[in-house]
Amino acid sequence: MYGGGYIYDEPNKRPLAEQLAEDPDKLAAFEARIAKGEKIEPGDWMPSEYRRQLIRLIEQHAHSEIIGALPEGTWITRAPGFKRKLALIAKVQDEIGHGQLLYNAAETLGKSREAMINDLLSGKSKYSNVFNYPAETWADVAVIGFLIDAAAIVNQVANAKGSYGPYCRALERICYEESFHLKQGHDAFIELATGTPAQKTMVQEALNRWWQPIMHFFGPPDKTSSHSEKLMQWKVKMASNDDMRNQFLDMYVPKIWELGLSLPDPLLRKNEAGKWEYTDPDWDEFFRVINGEGPCNEERLRVRKWAEENGRWVRKALMQPSDKKSFPVA
Amino acid sequence: MNTTAIKDLIIKMADDELILGHRNSEWTGLGPVMEEDIAFSSMAQDKIGHALALYQILHEQLDGVDPDRFAFLRAEKDFRSSHLVEMPNGEYDFSLMRHFLFDHAEAVRYESLAASAFEPLKSLAFKIKGELKYHTLHANAWVMQLSNANEESHARMQQALDNTIALAAGIFEPSEKWESDLISYEIYPGEQILFQRWIERISPILEQASLRLPDLKTVTPVYGGRKGYHTIYLQPLLTEMGEVYNLDAEASW
Repeated sequence: MYGGGYIYDEPNKRPLAEQLAEDPDKLAAFEARIAKGEKIEPGDWMPSEYRRQLIRLIEQHAHSEIIGALPEGTWITRAPGFKRKLALIAKVQDEIGHGQLLYNAAETLGKSREAMINDLLSGKSKYSNVFNYPAETWADVAVIGFLIDAAAIVNQVANAKGSYGPYCRALERICYEESFHLKQGHDAFIELATGTPAQKTMVQEALNRWWQPIMHFFGPPDKTSSHSEKLMQWKVKMASNDDMRNQFLDMYVPKIWELGLSLPDPLLRKNEAGKWEYTDPDWDEFFRVINGEGPCNEERLRVRKWAEENGRWVRKALMQPSDKKSFPVA
Repeated sequence: MNTTAIKDLIIKMADDELILGHRNSEWTGLGPVMEEDIAFSSMAQDKIGHALALYQILHEQLDGVDPDRFAFLRAEKDFRSSHLVEMPNGEYDFSLMRHFLFDHAEAVRYESLAASAFEPLKSLAFKIKGELKYHTLHANAWVMQLSNANEESHARMQQALDNTIALAAGIFEPSEKWESDLISYEIYPGEQILFQRWIERISPILEQASLRLPDLKTVTPVYGGRKGYHTIYLQPLLTEMGEVYNLDAEASW
């Protein structure tokens, strides 16, 4: 899952024109190819800003997959019953697999997996903000599996139509698997929503907790997004944040309401023009959490660092030839 | 045929699978490389799937309770898992060595069960032994790669083997009451024979990995699990496993 509409960018003081400066003929040919719907492949000429933006996008998507495995992963050992347990392990395993696919896609642009992981651990590179929140109960796992996966699918189906070949191909496979994840999330969600009073309360409370992070998921409103116009022309970004958010609300709010659950926004409604109206989520909190002040930022990176540090001897041993050697016995 | 004896055999096999599957699943997100995360969760699914299939045999053929209730509600003293599978994951060296030793033991066991006189076990064993081929291939490849790579990794793997062998030998704890019945009814060949086959199976691989198998005369197998005496690690694991299910065992989750 989990691209999310918002991709963190480091503050860049170079003027936009300078960032975009390229050989005009090559640039025109490149843009013409994209306009025709052709895919750009790793060996092709591309503007350096296109390359930079794609690395940023794919890398953060990859990080989101492996960090996203953590909040759900801690519930594998607690999942109630064989059916849920087996489905959840399979799902989280898929997410790690998506991370692997995406790191491979990003590597075609010239940044190694190791460099990307290092940037994740140092905090230079981000991941989807939703994973800085805790999964407090089993119902949170159901909400994540249903609604965060659903939101991610909206985002990824759009991105799969983008211009960079390796990313699109990775996303096609990812979306195919995600549709199963959504089914298992939806199924667990319905089970709780139609279950005992305690189960209903549990899922309602989880929904209340996750509503704001879900609204944040697609990123800040279009009116505040910087230079997304060029990214849309280059088909790096395929739909605006507000459009994706609207599409998500349109597909899933009725499903939630149908189950007799409520959403913690009294203004949420679909207007006559077919657009969803809602209370703007707290965007200050969004940026605070991205910049490290969320409830779980530290814990997520601590876990990843543990994995990196404790696995270092294994990775080092993988770099050695596997020919048999003899060692002194004593 | 003595169904109590068969139940005893199935419960210990299934409990080992469930508990080790639980442990393997704890590697999700934490492996030394992503590929190993994926491998361990894949094997966790297989192991938990095997446990489920065995509990289903109990439920459907031997008047047992529903698999969810049997796995999630049973008291610790009623589990028959070996101490090996109960141990926490520790670092990757221990987890890998446990995987190597356990999966070869499992392979030997299911290969012999494919000739069992108890039909449900025979047909399940036939299916499972096919899956185990990939588990043991995976274990062999990693044990050999890490043991032969450099001094640190070699030392770690040797240490892991030394620390794990007595626990692994505990897998083959025979049943005091039922062993002779199970052998004479040809349900399976008995723990002693499986142990010998296991040693024959792992010895050449360890040799290729430049690892020294401790002298078995000095190894005292860690028994007790099959009688319901467990490590201090089992109860917390079971508490965690049943945390949600036990909120309301009558509800559907």
